[in-house]
Amino acid sequence: MKYSYYPGCSLKGQGRAYEESLLPVMRHLGIELEELPDWNCCGATAYMAVDEGKACVAASRNLAIAEKAGLQQVLAPCSACYLVLNKTQHLIHDYPQIKSAVDRAMTSVNLKYSTDIPVRHPLDVLISDVGVDAIKQKVTHPLKGLKVAPYYGCQIVRPYATFDDQFNPTSMDRILEALGATMVQFPLKTKCCGGSLTGTLPEAGLRLSYIILKEAIKRGADVIATVCPLCLFNLDSFHGKIAAKWESARIPTVYFTQLMGLAFGMTAKQMGLQRGLVPMKPLASAPACCAARTAAAAT
Amino acid sequence: MQSTKENIRIGFYVCHCGHNIAAMVDCADVAKYVKGLPNVVLSRDYKYMCSDPGQELIQKDIREYKLNRVVVASCSPLLHEHTFRSATAAGGLNPYYFHMVNIREHDSWVHTDRGEATVKAKALAHAAIDRVAFHKALETKTVKINPDALVVGGGIAGIHAAMTLANAGKKVYLVEREPSIGGHMAKFDKTFPTLDCAACILTPKMSEVGAHPNITLWSYSEVAQVDGYVGNYKVRVKRKPRYISEERCIGCMDCISACVFKEPKFEDEFNEGLGKRKPVYIPFPQATPQIVVIDPNVCLNFKRTKGPDGTPIVSDRCKKTCVEACGDKNAIDFTQKEEIKEIEVGTIIVATGFKTFDSKRVPAYGYGIYKNVYTALEIERLVNASGPTGGEVILREGKNPDGSPKHPKSIGIIHCVGSRDKKTNVWCSRVCCMYSMKLAHLLKEHTGAEVYNFYIDIRAPGKGYEEFYNKLLDEGVHFIRGRVGEVTDWAMTPEEEGKLVIRVEDTLAGYVRRIPVDMVVLSSGLEPQADAQDVRRLFNMSCGTEGFFLERHPKLAPVNTFTDGIFIAGACQGPRDIPDTVAQAGAAAAEALVLIDKGFVEQEPNTAFILDEECSGCKSCIPLCPYSAILYDETRKKAHINEALCKGCGTCVAACPSGSIVQNLFEDEQIFSEIQGVLAYD
Repeated sequence: MKYSYYPGCSLKGQGRAYEESLLPVMRHLGIELEELPDWNCCGATAYMAVDEGKACVAASRNLAIAEKAGLQQVLAPCSACYLVLNKTQHLIHDYPQIKSAVDRAMTSVNLKYSTDIPVRHPLDVLISDVGVDAIKQKVTHPLKGLKVAPYYGCQIVRPYATFDDQFNPTSMDRILEALGATMVQFPLKTKCCGGSLTGTLPEAGLRLSYIILKEAIKRGADVIATVCPLCLFNLDSFHGKIAAKWESARIPTVYFTQLMGLAFGMTAKQMGLQRGLVPMKPLASAPACCAARTAAAAT
Repeated sequence: MQSTKENIRIGFYVCHCGHNIAAMVDCADVAKYVKGLPNVVLSRDYKYMCSDPGQELIQKDIREYKLNRVVVASCSPLLHEHTFRSATAAGGLNPYYFHMVNIREHDSWVHTDRGEATVKAKALAHAAIDRVAFHKALETKTVKINPDALVVGGGIAGIHAAMTLANAGKKVYLVEREPSIGGHMAKFDKTFPTLDCAACILTPKMSEVGAHPNITLWSYSEVAQVDGYVGNYKVRVKRKPRYISEERCIGCMDCISACVFKEPKFEDEFNEGLGKRKPVYIPFPQATPQIVVIDPNVCLNFKRTKGPDGTPIVSDRCKKTCVEACGDKNAIDFTQKEEIKEIEVGTIIVATGFKTFDSKRVPAYGYGIYKNVYTALEIERLVNASGPTGGEVILREGKNPDGSPKHPKSIGIIHCVGSRDKKTNVWCSRVCCMYSMKLAHLLKEHTGAEVYNFYIDIRAPGKGYEEFYNKLLDEGVHFIRGRVGEVTDWAMTPEEEGKLVIRVEDTLAGYVRRIPVDMVVLSSGLEPQADAQDVRRLFNMSCGTEGFFLERHPKLAPVNTFTDGIFIAGACQGPRDIPDTVAQAGAAAAEALVLIDKGFVEQEPNTAFILDEECSGCKSCIPLCPYSAILYDETRKKAHINEALCKGCGTCVAACPSGSIVQNLFEDEQIFSEIQGVLAYD
């Protein structure tokens, strides 16, 4: 299986641990990812809010490049990219004026856009194309005893619930359970992490992050697993401010792909775990060398 | 073509229908135009052709002008074809020498240009004039009606329909899938808005059904096959083995007490899984028939272990204590097999009911995740005196500090679960507002708890329903307008700890609220039965897009289906409450009685027939017939159409490669002349 990999800005920058863990994990499962050549901004966040038409043009250029490269599917690991690319397809489909703006822009750079190319999330590919059983077979270091709070964030199931339930998604739960981890019952799965409000309106944004962290600790989780670079940033970066305002709520937040890598026997360093601000405790099941490295990474 | 027909004398009438047609079509001009067409003896326009003077005009003209064809241009044939055919017959002509043109629904109602609409009316009239010349005298055929009836489904709809027919002296077969009749109503505690006990009003009717000399009650049975046509249906009924002889069981229930399982251990379907039953059981105390059932999935007699020689033998854990207890009555029969009964009936009433929406499909409301989230049907059993707790409302999860069961102090009832939602079912389930309020009243009465209703709109459009709503408001039940976002156990304040928190936008107060409660009740909507599509095919009915059975006309034929002699009643046609269900069941029974008491049914002669000399016996037509009306005659090697089954759809006529099938009223020369006529106007 071959997919066009669209990293977006996060996976090359602040969220590089996501890329560092995603690429080897996918390769390990026999999934070939070919990075989209000359990709540009997906059009997310402020762009979409300020000028929907231009955001759609930005997003559709990426899809047009993938089409031109003859790739069948686009893999968008960042939740914001995943949402914007999907939303662009819906908008182009529903609004002729947006379609004509996109068509004009694409023609001017000798590209052509049709809405057909599916935009997929790694969770979707792993659960639907690879399957839980195939993942289970690759587990060499089961995450026994690791209690995980599965946190999906808002964007991958809302508003388009294409591969999972909108209110109670379970795809990540099933994958992490296949790795041997235990899920804590976590009703805040799709609650807002604070989004960009942590920067623009911290009193509102940080409170939302705090609620998620506090609840995960209260429910006995060792770690929060997420699929979104912005969620990870918010949950990982403001512990000092949160402790000052409310109480300490320190719990590590990691990408689900990092946990997959550990279960497949890859090292903490290879999975970029050292980039987290709140360190994850070494796993009992990890080989001695890995445990040492996790610990080293943690310090 | 007209030249080939001689002595054709056509009378033409164009109806104004008040302003309905005349406002958009120049009727006088149409009449003038038709007057000039071949074979037309007279052409009139008239204000209301369907009125008595209008009909008399046709009769008088037939006699005076020796007309032998009549054409009326007016409304849809669905409305008045029968009227004008009768008028034609009363004038002394064969009614099939009449033809109707629709210039209202097809013309005046749908066009905005009077000139163009008039042209269209003329063209349509021309087509009819050309066609009617080729009409032939046809005879309606009559088919005798078997007076026996079948009622499928033993809920309140089926019970009422069966009783009505039986009391009218007709023999009725009542077939019910479950071991007892009673349906959903038997599970209810009270009924709204009168709060009379559901069992008290239902069970006398159930026993009456069980004892009625005209009713053959087959519980634990399903209809397997239906053949035939109106008046003459052949039905095969599958009787599932209950491992008890219905003739010999007296309902003493000694076998239940004697069962080797001393305590009930298995999920009790009647109590929505809240209670337990034994492998040998009776669904509920007033079950009809009062005959026990053995569940082969859990009864030890059906468990096999390996014997000494390796062959499977009955587990020695089975002591057959039930057989012993039954003694001389000898009613237990482990060898009972499924049995097929064949019956012949003239009419069928389908009253197969509904199923409730599976609340797990809305995970945000926590059913199946949080134990103290209940469905409304579970609450019906919980507040019922004969329910699993004897009517005591105790929580599934949580105990008082002294270890005693905990009663809820606050309860949230969420309306419209699965209903009025694009993601699940778009329709309003009609009964949930009222049953939610009934449960609110009962729960408050039983527990004294604070009760909150979360609603989108309160829909209380029945007799005494709005008054019931007002009564609830007076009782202090809280009503919060807003669709609930989620039910969660995520506490934000100490007061919320250990509670279920309902998050909702209160759209009257204008802010988002978090309401902590001990118990959540989900008012699940109504859905078609899971096997509604199979049942639909079995009885050759149609379903609407939502999957409920489709009535022939939503207003004027609400209990008829598109298959003659098959009627529908109750919630299988759409969500409805008990009063409406009973009214509909009565109506279905009355419609069946119309056929039965008339004794015969007239059949439209627009059926197809085979020209034997042309038929090559290729059988192409046979699988195409949607009514299974075509048979293959092996001796003559020809197809044969059963006129009683043929509905005149014309599929076979179009498909026949040798053109050897002809349909009355749609013969080639009739259709071709009609096409020429419509094209003749320039």
